[in-house]
Amino acid sequence: MRQRPLERILLFHLPLWFFLIVTLFPFFWMFITSIKPNAELYNVRMNPLYVLHPTLEHFRYLMRETIFLTWAYNTLYVSILSTAISLITGIMAGYALSRLRFRGAGGMAVGIFITYLVPPTLLFIPLADVVRTFGLLDSPWSLILTYPTFLIPFSTWLLMGYFKTIPRELEECAMIDGATRLQAMIKIILPLALPGILSAGIFAFTLSWNEFIYALVFLSSTELKTIPVGVVSELIRGDVFFWGPLMAGALLGSVPVAIIYSFFVEYYVAGLTAGAVKG
Amino acid sequence: MMTSEVALPKEKVHRTGKWRLFLERDSSMGYAMVAPAVLILMLFIAYPFILGIRMSLSRWLVGQEPVFVGLQNFVRAADSTIFTRTVQNTFVYTAAATVLKLVFGMALALVLNNTFRGKGLVRAAFLLPWIIPTVLSTLAWLWMFDATFSVLNWFLRYLGLVQRGINWLGDPVLAMLSIIVVNSWRGIPFFAISLLAGLQTISQELYEAAAIDGANAVQRFRYITLPMVKPVLLVVLLFSIIWTFADFQLVYVLTRGGPANSTHLFATLAYQVGVVSGSLGEGAAISLTMFPILVVVVVILLMYLRKE
Repeated sequence: MRQRPLERILLFHLPLWFFLIVTLFPFFWMFITSIKPNAELYNVRMNPLYVLHPTLEHFRYLMRETIFLTWAYNTLYVSILSTAISLITGIMAGYALSRLRFRGAGGMAVGIFITYLVPPTLLFIPLADVVRTFGLLDSPWSLILTYPTFLIPFSTWLLMGYFKTIPRELEECAMIDGATRLQAMIKIILPLALPGILSAGIFAFTLSWNEFIYALVFLSSTELKTIPVGVVSELIRGDVFFWGPLMAGALLGSVPVAIIYSFFVEYYVAGLTAGAVKG
Repeated sequence: MMTSEVALPKEKVHRTGKWRLFLERDSSMGYAMVAPAVLILMLFIAYPFILGIRMSLSRWLVGQEPVFVGLQNFVRAADSTIFTRTVQNTFVYTAAATVLKLVFGMALALVLNNTFRGKGLVRAAFLLPWIIPTVLSTLAWLWMFDATFSVLNWFLRYLGLVQRGINWLGDPVLAMLSIIVVNSWRGIPFFAISLLAGLQTISQELYEAAAIDGANAVQRFRYITLPMVKPVLLVVLLFSIIWTFADFQLVYVLTRGGPANSTHLFATLAYQVGVVSGSLGEGAAISLTMFPILVVVVVILLMYLRKE
């Protein structure tokens, strides 16, 4: 429906700009702090929105005085491996639950959905004990193996929905032509399900990159920490806050997910809304 | 749910091997393919859940043999004022943040449902709070709430609204308010983008027909938009309530449960007691208390959803 100009300003432009500013201000603040010299940072008389003498000293501090790059490497390593595990198991489970007939399939699908609803903070204390029993405490594998607990349910559920949209006839034709079911799945169905797999992958990767409580509880060595835990625990000491390096670390820790996300926005949104819209 | 269809008659010629036969059968292949996922979930969700119940019924200190104590951990928790405060906080936090996310998320979805230039870019920008690691964006908020250098206070002073800076995180009520605001800031995009997807499925003709029948904008929202996005809304609410109720990171970074233990949620108190103080049994009891409450919420919402 057409709107009059005034109506459009009041009902569209004004709220849009309001939301944009509120949404993005913390990121602007993160950025401006990270390039502001301490003399300007801790000067109450200055307008805090400007920076007069931009500097990279906080980034230099981050690289020299902390092992930020090691944390970044750890985060990447853990995220890639846990995403890979979750995708492979999720594809297999999603395919089986949406395509194959076997007893208990319905129950398993519901069971997986229920684990999707279990928040990580419900079980982190006993889970720490399980991780300890396996001798994985303070090892990246404690995260690589436990992150799938929240990634698999999501991926499986998303992919089940995706596989269901692919007509059965396609693989049936292939199978009549002599392909085994496994071949039909790998050669026919997986390529068609690629957008769904990509959605699940992007989602799983960002979730692993962002995870906090398991990494906080299961790891203790500084050189094994992930970015979120490293920045929070090593750059805040007691009541002393190094705001410049903290914001530089927050910015650098956010950039990789932001880049990946910007390349695959559509897939991400598809993944986000798949569950919601299809219900 | 599963749709079971009749499989094709298996008249194909199987060349060789039991393995191949095994994989061709739906049931054996099905179990084999589901097994890895089920194994991981059993090992790291189902088993810890049972272990957690055992822990919560024991005096279980780090490095000591556990002793069964019955419900003592729960009784002790219920007796402490910090715990009762925590229960209250968690409900207030969840309710307030959910309402804010719902109202502003819906408003933002309606705004984004307009056609305008650069829509894709704008929509992508709005999701940033949701995809950026929560801990890192919350650090930016912590700095914005700083007692001395708060940029929010600078704005308020600049606009002449206050004389002296507000100590956002130093006062129990303001600290609660602050964590609610940050949680909403992070969650609004999730609501907005999901609801937007729901809005886009509504046919424009419905609105036109209603307008011709004389329905005003409020009525169109009430009788067309709301019922049409209700299923999406319920799913979004379901997840948001669970995540907010079980939140940890935000409070951990902003207040660590302070000042004077006045802003703890279940998860942060469980961490404090179970991990920092090492009383695993009591910590497990505190976090498991969330379980029955979450079950009730989930059941109500799922029943409601099924009806739709």
